[in-house]
Amino acid sequence: MNRHVSREILDDHGDCSTTQLATTRGPVALDAKSHASVEPRRIDPAHAQGDVLRTTGLFKSFRKGPVEVPVLRGVDMSVRRGELLAIIGQSGSGKSTLLHLLGTLDAPDEGEVHFEGRRIDNLSSAQRDLLRNRRFGMIFQFYHLLPELNVLENVLTPLMITESVLGYLLRRRHHRRRATELLELLGLDHRLTHKPRELSGGEMQRTAIARALVTNPDLLLADEPTGNLDHETGREILEVLRALNREQNLTIVMVTHDQSIADQADRVVRLVDGQVQNA
Amino acid sequence: MYKFLICWRYLRTRYIALVSIVSVMLGVATMIVVNSVMSGFVSEMHNRLHGILSDVVLESRNYNGFSDPQEKMDKIREVAGDQVEAMTATVVVPALLTFRAGGESHHRPIQLVGVDAATQGEVSAFCKYLQHPENRKHPSFELRHGGYDTLDHQAGSDAKPREQMAIAGWEYRRRWADWAKAETVRRDLEEQRQPRTGSADNLPADPFAAVRAEEPEVVFDPAKDQYDGVVLGMALAVGYRDEQGLDHFMLMPGDDIRLTTATAGEPPKFQTKTFTVVDLYESKMSEYDSQLVFVPIDKLQQMRGMIDPTTGVGMVNQIQIKLKPGADGVEVRNRLQKAFASTHFIVSTWQDKQGPLLSAVYMEIAILNILLFFIIAVAGFGILAIFLMIVVEKTRDIGILKSLGASRAGIMGIFLGYGLSLGIVGSGVGMVLGLAFVHNINEIADWLGELTGKPLFDPSIYYFYKIPTIVNPWTIAWIVLGALGIAVLSSILPALRAALLHPVEALRYE
Repeated sequence: MNRHVSREILDDHGDCSTTQLATTRGPVALDAKSHASVEPRRIDPAHAQGDVLRTTGLFKSFRKGPVEVPVLRGVDMSVRRGELLAIIGQSGSGKSTLLHLLGTLDAPDEGEVHFEGRRIDNLSSAQRDLLRNRRFGMIFQFYHLLPELNVLENVLTPLMITESVLGYLLRRRHHRRRATELLELLGLDHRLTHKPRELSGGEMQRTAIARALVTNPDLLLADEPTGNLDHETGREILEVLRALNREQNLTIVMVTHDQSIADQADRVVRLVDGQVQNA
Repeated sequence: MYKFLICWRYLRTRYIALVSIVSVMLGVATMIVVNSVMSGFVSEMHNRLHGILSDVVLESRNYNGFSDPQEKMDKIREVAGDQVEAMTATVVVPALLTFRAGGESHHRPIQLVGVDAATQGEVSAFCKYLQHPENRKHPSFELRHGGYDTLDHQAGSDAKPREQMAIAGWEYRRRWADWAKAETVRRDLEEQRQPRTGSADNLPADPFAAVRAEEPEVVFDPAKDQYDGVVLGMALAVGYRDEQGLDHFMLMPGDDIRLTTATAGEPPKFQTKTFTVVDLYESKMSEYDSQLVFVPIDKLQQMRGMIDPTTGVGMVNQIQIKLKPGADGVEVRNRLQKAFASTHFIVSTWQDKQGPLLSAVYMEIAILNILLFFIIAVAGFGILAIFLMIVVEKTRDIGILKSLGASRAGIMGIFLGYGLSLGIVGSGVGMVLGLAFVHNINEIADWLGELTGKPLFDPSIYYFYKIPTIVNPWTIAWIVLGALGIAVLSSILPALRAALLHPVEALRYE
């Protein structure tokens, strides 16, 4: 049952075909089997309204020694298609945990996460892997590039994960072109063969953004994308995200503790002590 | 694809992991060297044993033997004629060898073999081991004029020359006889010069002189005549081999020796006869070279009284059988054993005869292999430890890959592949090292000998000039596969650990 559902989720690439970057999509599509799904699509009212992500009653706690520390205490929120949403909160307010739950990196103790109307928090780990690989893009405060690979290889990693060895080798030129185009767009075309340690913080974050976008995701999840950058560079990165959101209609969820950054967002969700505080 | 890329990058950047496979490498190299040398020895032994022994032997349970060997041979042909190529009858008895060398008398217990010079060569490599090139083609018990090998024809070009052998043959025998004659004359003269003292003066110089003068003189001139021929095992003739590998002969073709053996029948009487050494037998199996002495079968039968006076047919106690190529020795043995009463006859293949020796060597190889494989297994634990370390070091990268959608199987694949590639590097380098070592083993042994001042491979012990080696591709394949298997096995645990890491924990890891 779940299998079918998730296949559908993965099948549906949303409506970003009009965006400039999406024109080079194609090879990222799933194998033919997934198209065989016969289950009729259930229409979720929220989905119909344009909610990409929606959570209901999320609870999550972590164990620190003998004490159970609740981090999220019933979070209800939604992300609308095409918006740049900021989740703001003090450190320890559970904003990163919430982002992990949205990105299926972690599972909630209670509550549900819906992506395009389908529940995704209870999928099998293989299905979540597929979802993260093909529908979500993620960037982090510490960039999280692989130190052994150069900029281009880092950007290509999600595509290598998507494709079989043979498939990748067959479409290698295509993939490289896409990655190079993305990096050009982000102003990194002169850095293709540099290792992450040879880059500045801003360049690393832009590489991470290129990596997140290379599979043409529906949703970009950003965990404090400017947290480790100086003010000027942080502003640049934010502008990049803003531009992506505006020009390519990319839905972005951004976690931050900085009000001035949150101010740039279309909408702000404020987390206080693990609950959404209505502003 | 990312698995290969990351594997490859890890392989090139984590030198500590390369250190962990040094023991895999050494293990593989050692196993290859040991196996090659051991199989070289085994095959050398096989060849020599098989060369000395015929394929199948039918022998009587006692030394008196059985009469009418021709009838037995006919029966053998009848039972297993389709597999038999050639046969020869022999008499094998224990005997005592006596000779004088360096002014001393020497005695050696030996195995005396009466052979038919014409047919012996057909059943075993008897001729191949003789020292005269003509005897190798047509063995004969006549002393040759000369031309005995001064270089070991079985060894390579670097064999040490046997210069003493240059004069062996009639030339040597004549010189020796002349010297003996001169010596007698000299002694006689000395005796004449020194007047006898005491009561000896009263005795006649030679009490039998008168009698002897009347007897018709048996003219035996050692310079021109020889006794019946005998072929001695090389180790009986060589006094010793020095550290340079040079042989020093005590006996050479041309010398006379005496053989003492017991007659057949009840009670046995001792018989001693003088023979002339006509050739030397060198199989390079010291057990045989120091034991076997060959004489013509009819002379031995005469000596032991084994010839039936009425028919003139001699008794023998062994029939040696050579089988056709590809024939099954065990099957022939079983068929013959059925045909000949086992109360009187033993039938054995050459492997049966040398069974304990061969199986001891095989057991040695097996034990060595097991022990050496443990070295590689120990190396496996080294890989395990270092891999666990690398997984901890790479925790964040594992989290990143998971956040990008890499599956558990994919993460496992990275580390299993990494283990496999380390195994490939380790066993590959080990294989090259091992093969190079085997290829140059004699040079290395010489060099080590020079370095330590003690020859590592002492030719006086083995009667080989070189360390024999055989590289068996299958053995190498198994060794390399085993090493690869251990490398992969020991990376399973770290790989599992990596695969089961929680992505959030992994990302948070600093």
